[in-house]
Amino acid sequence: MNNTVEIDNVSKRYGRIEAVRSVSFSLPAGETVALVGHNGAGKTTLIKLMLGLIHPSEGMVKILGEHPAAGEFAARRRLGYLPENVSFNAALTGRELLAFYARLKGEAPAQAMALLDRVGLAAAAGRRVGTYSKGMRQRLGLAQALIGAPALLLLDEPTTGLDPALRQSFYEIVQELRDRGATVVLSSHALTELEERTDRVVIMNRGLMVANGSLDALRRIARLPTRIRLHLTGGRPAQMPGWLESAGTWHPVNGHVIELDALPEQKMDLLRQAIHADHALEDIEVVPPTLDELYAHFLRSQGDAR
Amino acid sequence: MKSLCIIAIKEIQEGLRNRWVLATTLLLLALSLTLSFLGSAPTGNVGVRALDVVIVSLSSLSIFLLPLIALLISYDAIVGEVDRGTMLLLLSYPVARWQVLLGKFCGHLAILAFATILGYGATAAALALTGTPIGADSWMAFAQLIGSSILLGAVFVAIGYLVSAHVQDRGTAGGIAIGIWLLLVLLYDMAILGFLVVDQGRTLSADMLNVLLLLNPTDTYRMFNLAGSAGVSSLSGMAGIAEVQTLQPPVLLGMLAVWILLPLAAATTIFSRREL
Ligand SMILES: Nc1ncnc2c1ncn2[C@@H]1O[C@H](COP(=O)(O)OP(=O)(O)O)[C@@H](O)[C@H]1O
Ligand SMILES: [Mg+2]
Repeated sequence: MNNTVEIDNVSKRYGRIEAVRSVSFSLPAGETVALVGHNGAGKTTLIKLMLGLIHPSEGMVKILGEHPAAGEFAARRRLGYLPENVSFNAALTGRELLAFYARLKGEAPAQAMALLDRVGLAAAAGRRVGTYSKGMRQRLGLAQALIGAPALLLLDEPTTGLDPALRQSFYEIVQELRDRGATVVLSSHALTELEERTDRVVIMNRGLMVANGSLDALRRIARLPTRIRLHLTGGRPAQMPGWLESAGTWHPVNGHVIELDALPEQKMDLLRQAIHADHALEDIEVVPPTLDELYAHFLRSQGDAR
Repeated sequence: MKSLCIIAIKEIQEGLRNRWVLATTLLLLALSLTLSFLGSAPTGNVGVRALDVVIVSLSSLSIFLLPLIALLISYDAIVGEVDRGTMLLLLSYPVARWQVLLGKFCGHLAILAFATILGYGATAAALALTGTPIGADSWMAFAQLIGSSILLGAVFVAIGYLVSAHVQDRGTAGGIAIGIWLLLVLLYDMAILGFLVVDQGRTLSADMLNVLLLLNPTDTYRMFNLAGSAGVSSLSGMAGIAEVQTLQPPVLLGMLAVWILLPLAAATTIFSRREL
């Protein structure tokens, strides 16, 4: 009931292009959501639909209790948006622009200035935005999205153009918002860095939603093998132990590391046997399927279904 | 209302920053001073009618220049922001699209009004300072000139928005804006004149001519200023027309208002439906 975002059977067509096809999902308050998909999958279209910048061809979108497609916009006061390729009027300074956006949201401009500090733009605040680098514009974009402690943040490819240090501080900010109870939607095609930072993953492919759930739930559904790496002391024995043969697929990585692919129900069993086996184990690594692998899996299975 | 003002103020701020305000003011100032002082030289001392002479020159200047400036400021207002991507962000804020459009309109109008009042006002002030006596009705006519010039500017800002809301790229908007300027400022009058010459008053009655002139905001503006006051009309050669003219100043002003409101309403409707 307490959903920040409700998308019900929404389609969006641009002429003959179906950018989004019959997508339904809802996002509870406080979740951090990764919206993933390759270029042209419909991520930006979904975000624009949530903002009411475009109207759905079919279906219903409800944001913070409001229908943006019907022109309701009061809820946008509690919403922050960072567009993909954000741009600003080059003639004004960072401070002037942030003050402008703060006033539009009914916030005191003076308070918003702290955000410039937060994103590391304090020193450049008095400079015209036309002189900013791509990364600085992205940071200004993030600062304006954070004005007024929004309850819902829609960040479209937020980390493109940020160097690794900035990405880190970006994710810290996201963490902070999450702790405060905001719903954060991050769209991305760089999957690995979103992993473990999200409560939910929504996977889009060519306009269709192919998966929606927590990373764990998706792993369970996908039944992708977990990789177990055994580091053996003193090199690989000539005769492999019997239990390994029954474990199914395994292959040597190098002289003293072997790797097993374990299905979810086998995993615990295999680990137990590895530990109790007589050969000397130095280390065990357990690598669950990555978001990349999950993503690839869901794209493949969608391809099979059709 | 508040959002509207915030957007208007930002538009003015931008205008100041990218020198639109400065350029427009200086241009109007320089041209009006030149026209007035060169224009009055051959006439010699025209006494109390000096300002009336200036009004005639300035209104001719305005008819060419103000629509051009107004269109240049406005044709980019929507399509340009959509193109650069700044509109996307702006519309994600709690503002209605009509507020965005009207806010921009107020901002652009303020810039034009500032330039016109300063540019033309300085000319009148210079005239008064050089010791030329100026009658009260001349001052009145001059105030009307400034007011109606701002209205003329507003008409073309509104028309520029209509173009800007409608088209998909900036180049097209620029082209259409120039086309509209050529049509309303030059071609329309030339066509009417040509027709009058050929027609010799056989089919085109005075009433029909009035209607034709009312349909073009620049002609409406011309009639308002050149035939509006007795002093000015005798100088402008409009005296003959002024006698028979049935169009009263309120009608002319009303027509200018219609020319502002209709394009603005259409621009708002089109912009509200636009997807970005
Ligand atoms: N304004 C538009 N007109 C026509 N097609 C569009 C428009 N916007 C997006 N599309 C198409 O819709 C599809 C989804 O695009 P988008 O949502 O931007 O993808 P993503 O953000 O996932 O990369 C693409 O095929 C794109 O070409
Ligand atoms: Mg995109």
